[in-house]
Amino acid sequence: MSIKSIWYFHGMLSIRHIVKQYAGQRALDDVSIEIEKGQIFGLLGPNGAGKTSLIRIINQITGPDSGEIFFNGEKLNQSHIERIGYLPEERGLYKKMEIGEQIIYLARLKGMSKEQALKKAREWFIKLGIESWWNKKIEELSKGMAQKAQFVSTVMHDPELIILDEPFSGFDPVNVEVIKNEILELNQKGATIIFSTHRMESVEELCDSIALIHKSKKILDGRVRDIKKVYRNNTFLLEYEGGKISVDTMAPFEVVKETDHGDGHNMKLKLKDNVTANDAIHYITSRTQITGFRELIPSMNEIFIEQVNKIS
Amino acid sequence: MNKILLIIQREYFSRVKKKSFIWMTILVPTLFIGMYALAGYLIAKGDEMGEIQNVLVIDENGSFKASLKNTPVIKFSYSDKSYTEERKAYFESENYDYILRIPSSLKEVQILGEKKPSAMLAGTIEGQINELLKNKKLRDAGIDPKILADAEKGIDIEAKQITANGDKDAGTSAASILGLVTALLVYMSLFIYGTQVMRGVIEEKTSRIIEVVISSVKPFQLMLGKIIGVGLVGLTQFALWIVISAVLTGGITTMMAGDKMKEIAKTEQVSAAKAYNTNPEVAAMQEEAPEDTLSKISKQFESVSIPLIVFSFLFYFLFGYFLYSAVFAAVGSAVDNETETQQFMLPITLPLVFTLILSMSYIINSPDSPLAVWLSIIPFTSPIAMMIRIPFGVPAWQLILSMVLMVGGFLFTTWVAARIYRVGILMYGKKASYKELAKWFFYKE
Repeated sequence: MSIKSIWYFHGMLSIRHIVKQYAGQRALDDVSIEIEKGQIFGLLGPNGAGKTSLIRIINQITGPDSGEIFFNGEKLNQSHIERIGYLPEERGLYKKMEIGEQIIYLARLKGMSKEQALKKAREWFIKLGIESWWNKKIEELSKGMAQKAQFVSTVMHDPELIILDEPFSGFDPVNVEVIKNEILELNQKGATIIFSTHRMESVEELCDSIALIHKSKKILDGRVRDIKKVYRNNTFLLEYEGGKISVDTMAPFEVVKETDHGDGHNMKLKLKDNVTANDAIHYITSRTQITGFRELIPSMNEIFIEQVNKIS
Repeated sequence: MNKILLIIQREYFSRVKKKSFIWMTILVPTLFIGMYALAGYLIAKGDEMGEIQNVLVIDENGSFKASLKNTPVIKFSYSDKSYTEERKAYFESENYDYILRIPSSLKEVQILGEKKPSAMLAGTIEGQINELLKNKKLRDAGIDPKILADAEKGIDIEAKQITANGDKDAGTSAASILGLVTALLVYMSLFIYGTQVMRGVIEEKTSRIIEVVISSVKPFQLMLGKIIGVGLVGLTQFALWIVISAVLTGGITTMMAGDKMKEIAKTEQVSAAKAYNTNPEVAAMQEEAPEDTLSKISKQFESVSIPLIVFSFLFYFLFGYFLYSAVFAAVGSAVDNETETQQFMLPITLPLVFTLILSMSYIINSPDSPLAVWLSIIPFTSPIAMMIRIPFGVPAWQLILSMVLMVGGFLFTTWVAARIYRVGILMYGKKASYKELAKWFFYKE
């Protein structure tokens, strides 16, 4: 077993039975989550579900009422602060402080030396093409620009764990791509990433694993692939040219929904038991010209809604 | 610890580099000293610059011939002609501005002129005439002018303190001045720098940087770093004020040290004394009086222990500031903007304002009364009350008790404030009430 796999075995972050109560309101109710090293993890759920409360506990901004968190196998303590990078949902920097100075200050609070911070900050500024902002004050920048600077301050100290709360809100589409690529690159270099968001569709294709939080409880977690396997229901989308085909009772599937879009038709179909997609394609090819055929995998949103309905 | 240092650095330099800090530091002493210099200059120079008023005296009574004394701004001349004649001649002659008519009955002494006489002019003449009349009447009654002069002499009580090393000058003027100045300085600085801490907290909260910072350091470290940083800004500002004031005062003194100014100052003293004492002997005796008082006050200053005052000033400024700024920080954390702070400001400022008012009227006059003693021992009021009392001499046990309680009060207040602060900084849009603050205090970590 390699060293890496030992870490893998322990997990990066082990959240065990966390309970957090605010005056008269339970923010987290016995939440347990395992996050493996090198993962991109999605902490998903609607606003007010308890995601930010959990993140604040991981960042040791607040403490849990009960439960424990282990960071790389060690009980979470102050020394881990420097190994975590945190981008809060509510972004903010000192308005009247120059950006370069500010980023170095925040990096030094995370334990970097002045020289290290200066070197690293320059690298990042060049990488993101924002060198010219070094001496600007935040109040002179647009919101998007300030967000870029804040992203730099989040990852400056090469954290092992990067926690991004609503990471893409406030960015324009071009910058979303830029930041997404930077995050993926950091992940490839070994950083574990936690995305926390209520916009599940914005991160689901990035995540290896997810946990769904609803009303302070974890209602579902696991690898995205496994979850989707459980929630897939043999539904496919068929696109074909020409006239509408008729489907008889011999067909290996049932038609769920048919639509005509002028040039051809779309058909949503559900396979019968004990048949494969191949059987369906075989049945169709003899009747029409297929232009597209793919499985309809439920989105996280749909899974979430289904799960919520199931438990209530 | 290292991180607190970093925070202190940022809080300190971000303020010291501000233009407003630099301006305040330069302007305050410049304006103050400039104002005093200007006022002093005008007073010294005022008489000289004022136009000389020529007054023609028509003494129908006959007993004032040549006995009215000229002052730097009033010159008397005498006429034997009748009032009617002079009145006719008034507009033709440019030699005098006013006619002083003293009728033989001495009833309705009149001063007449084209312009209205100033109150100063009328008052001076009135004083002189009354004095002359009084002296004349007493002399007529057979009283020796020497006795008269003796009777004029005021008596000053010299306060002495009995100590083991002999009697010490215990005059209270210097003590009152020192006490008031230092107490006022403490009072002002508590407000100025305390509110700076509060604004800093609100700024961090509204700019939302707070969450980033406290994911790196404990809220308490941030609060402490801010308080110490701003405190150092205060000390820096004080030090610069003192240096700038010293330089400015030095400069102005050299500028004014020219012989001319000295002369003016001297004649000014003499003539001021003379103006109201037409009797030469009395005047001569009183000439020495101003110098005497001055040297007495400066002697009193010598008798006050300056090191003790400097030490206590630094102590009460620092700890008073620590105590109040912790409270200010808690208030800042509880609100979303500065206007919301008002409901919390009254209870904070009340003990300070209350003590200051009492200080100026009551404590300074009875520094050893039970109320004064208690106020100077209770931590929330002691920074001001004790500064007033120290120049008068405070028993060691009271000073020590007050200082110990001050440190204790500071620790306790900071502890309470920090518990509110750590919750408050993460609360948005919640209208903070006292009940809410109490709840925050009992929150677990």
